[in-house]
Amino acid sequence: MAKVWIVVQHRDGKLHRMSREAVAAGQALAAALGGRGEAVLLGSGVDAVAAALAGYDLDAVHVADAPALADYTPGGYAGVLAAAVAAHGPSHLVFAHTYQSVEYMARLAHDVGGSLVPEIVSFEGDSEGIVWTRPVLGGKLTARVRATGPSPVLVSVQSGSFAADDAVAGSAEPCPLDASAAAVDREILGVEAAAEGEQIDLTAAEIIVAVGRGVGGADKMGAVEELAKALGAEIGASRPVIDGGWLERDRQIGSSGQTVAPKLYVALGISGAIQHLVGMKGSGTIVAINKDAGAPIFGVARYGIAGDLHEVVPELTAAILAAKEAAG
Amino acid sequence: MLAVRGEPPGDQESAAMRIAVCVKQVPDTEGRLRLAADGRWIDDEELQMVVNESDEYALEEALQIAERTGGEVVVFGLGPARVAEALRKCLALGAARAVHLLDDAFAGGDAMSTGRALAAAVAREEFDLVLTGSQSDDDGFGATGSVVAACLGWPHAWLVMGVEIEDGGTAKVTREMESGMNEVLRLRLPAVLEIQAGINNPRYASLKGIMQAKRKEIAAVAAADLGLDPGAVGAAGATLEVLSVAFPAAVGGAQMLEGDAATAAKALAEALQKEVGVI
Repeated sequence: MAKVWIVVQHRDGKLHRMSREAVAAGQALAAALGGRGEAVLLGSGVDAVAAALAGYDLDAVHVADAPALADYTPGGYAGVLAAAVAAHGPSHLVFAHTYQSVEYMARLAHDVGGSLVPEIVSFEGDSEGIVWTRPVLGGKLTARVRATGPSPVLVSVQSGSFAADDAVAGSAEPCPLDASAAAVDREILGVEAAAEGEQIDLTAAEIIVAVGRGVGGADKMGAVEELAKALGAEIGASRPVIDGGWLERDRQIGSSGQTVAPKLYVALGISGAIQHLVGMKGSGTIVAINKDAGAPIFGVARYGIAGDLHEVVPELTAAILAAKEAAG
Repeated sequence: MLAVRGEPPGDQESAAMRIAVCVKQVPDTEGRLRLAADGRWIDDEELQMVVNESDEYALEEALQIAERTGGEVVVFGLGPARVAEALRKCLALGAARAVHLLDDAFAGGDAMSTGRALAAAVAREEFDLVLTGSQSDDDGFGATGSVVAACLGWPHAWLVMGVEIEDGGTAKVTREMESGMNEVLRLRLPAVLEIQAGINNPRYASLKGIMQAKRKEIAAVAAADLGLDPGAVGAAGATLEVLSVAFPAAVGGAQMLEGDAATAAKALAEALQKEVGVI
């Protein structure tokens, strides 16, 4: 008998955006397996979040409310969930693929002797069960996979794969979950901004020219800067550029950087790993220039040029300046 | 605001750290890829094999901690004979010796079965820390280090962007969160730290390092040496099986502008002017 648990993440009394998507995914999975899904909430003083979850069409909202769960810790969360899995026997645990869930879900899978399928973007049922789809090789390929280990199956849902608005409203009854197995294994000292000094707010930019690994190096940025100047654009980057030290960390766009939605997004030498796409795919018009015609970035772009950006960018800058001149 | 990252190491940094670093050898997938004949993975015969990117950062972080504390780094890798090249590279960068989990039984593993095998190998010695990358560039489970921690019963942190060893058997760890924020936390040692790319600037191997690496030990160990049942490792111990891989279907898909650089650029500028209205 399928019993789908949706383990949610929250902050300041609100459900995490991706947890609302996970509710939609979990409900769809439960429906495919012939059930309704149940939410699981961990925290301290989380009545408001429990009330929000009670507004979904679910069989139950399990709430582990204890001071030991006030801050997320892997040991606290995995401890409580391992005991809960043993007591209630869910067949599936659905998480949002967040920096919090992914940290402890593998450990939980090990502790409960279950199966682990991280970062799914879709699923389908067949005669043998569920086939999951997940990106591999940085999103250059998608893999269809099946869980082959014991139950429960733990999956995390990648951002934007399911629409939060597709979550079915209804009513569910909150019920307490034993939190005594919380084993806090870290001391939280504080939160800080990843980049030092004044932050560049790319979310306000109307036009962004973003560079990826394909730009080749900090010394190759001159032509990119000229294009940005011609367009009146801010410069952003994907993660490898930041890690390579070619640009400052506050220009990073993607899951670990800023989420932007400018009117125009020009992606130069960006292959389009999912961690980058989640930070920019809401942009108005996306233009991509990349030497690999098969790069995933072309899947979200409206216009694409498969070519060497070092040849195309100076030509594009010249064409834009000429068009501006002609337009007066 | 706490200033943890970039802070110079205190001179109080504690006792000599013995550090295990787990690295994965992955295909360098820059450029065009072809699917394997069975459709379940890419054809990697002609691809260059490299050390997984975040594992390189993990090794660098381990070397720096070992240098600060007078400790030692031992590198662990699992996979076929060619993995010795990756281990040799780590030795050239400064690891003292390597352990190669080399056994046909290890093939086809996932994060669960690979993590279990690595933990068994690490557990044969005494370590204060296990460092590994946060995520592999091929499978991308982001889970192997967490499974190692679970098997060892040690605390762990994923997406680590700063490490400071403290007196009294703890480490202050900076961990990446979403939206450009970091969390600072304290863990008791021994612990597993899953290092995020970008934490440091990995060094290049020196000629001297490359020469010295030739004389350093790479010890091969099989599943039986680790007391592991062949059914618990590799594909047999995995909880996930890949049925097939494919190039992602272009959602909508871009209108590709053809021609030489000048022609395509001119067409794009026209589209931006007429249809997008940004010029």
